[in-house]
Amino acid sequence: MKLTLVTGLTGLILLVTIVELLRRRQLREKYGMLWLAVLLIVIPLSLFPRLLDNVAGFFGVVSGVSLVLFLGIVFLLLVTVHLSWEVSALEEETRTLAEDFALLRAEVEAERAARTQSARDELVSHDG
Amino acid sequence: MVNGKRVLIIIPALNEAGSIADVVGEVRGELPGVDVLVVDDGSTDRTAAVAAAAGARVAKLPYNLGVGGAMRLGYRYARDNGYDVAIQIDADGQHDPRYVPKLVDLLDDTDLVIGARFAGEGDYNVRGPRRWAMVMLSLVLSRVAKTKLTDTTSGFRAANRRVIEMFAGWYPAEYLGDTVETLVHTARRGYKIRQVPVAMRKRMAGTPSHSPAKAMIYLGRAFAVLTLALIRR
Repeated sequence: MKLTLVTGLTGLILLVTIVELLRRRQLREKYGMLWLAVLLIVIPLSLFPRLLDNVAGFFGVVSGVSLVLFLGIVFLLLVTVHLSWEVSALEEETRTLAEDFALLRAEVEAERAARTQSARDELVSHDG
Repeated sequence: MVNGKRVLIIIPALNEAGSIADVVGEVRGELPGVDVLVVDDGSTDRTAAVAAAAGARVAKLPYNLGVGGAMRLGYRYARDNGYDVAIQIDADGQHDPRYVPKLVDLLDDTDLVIGARFAGEGDYNVRGPRRWAMVMLSLVLSRVAKTKLTDTTSGFRAANRRVIEMFAGWYPAEYLGDTVETLVHTARRGYKIRQVPVAMRKRMAGTPSHSPAKAMIYLGRAFAVLTLALIRR
């Protein structure tokens, strides 16, 4: 009974955290929805850990809890791989932005240099 | 202009304030008709200002991207401004700009020309794992490119318009990607690569590392990069 209380409460706290982050727009919806879906599966399991025993038996796993542990690790691994992939894409995007920015800055500075040069030439010709 | 072609010299530089002025000055002195673009790859010293004062055009990246990032920027600049030839030169002064006309001439019937040490000229020597890495790279890449390549990681290269166009859109920013992977990519797309022997000089500033552990890591990374490049499309 105590254990159910701990796991159930943990699930609830996580749920509130995700919802709150989404509410404050700290989390993009595509990630928020993923975690909400995960919690919808996890919270019932935290209240009734035996729920998956039948499924586990079907796969030859003795206890439903073991199955949940295994699936949880696989899922977390997939999530981290996905995040590495997202970061790689982001790095490619920021790289392109940095290059664009450097090209534009070079162009602006060249133009400014040309303008001051022509202004100076004009001054010289006025003087002469 | 070199032999009727508009030439851009691209010099990627990271914290090279000590040598960049001499390198730019030498290039402009030896090759009065070419434009020099120094790509400052997020230096924390005065590289950009020193290069500009020496008469180079300067593109300053907001943070460090690595040689690959700096070079793609250089090729984009070359493409956007209609250059016929883009030549990469190291900022540490080890490449002699007097070889540039030779490289440019060869671009008439080649798409990418590499200035290679160990090819008869100059006195440059390496041993141990670093040497094995170089042997492995040149064996495999010579096969892929169907031409003899002895110095595949050379940062002295000349590209014609077709290759500039390709590199402006695609140039890896990863470690060794700028040398090894670009060679595989270029060769696989049917572009003609060849190398010419050049003498390398001592660097004007900075020292190469000689630690054996680093050399082993280099060998491992070179192998990984090469394998990845070969299984990529």
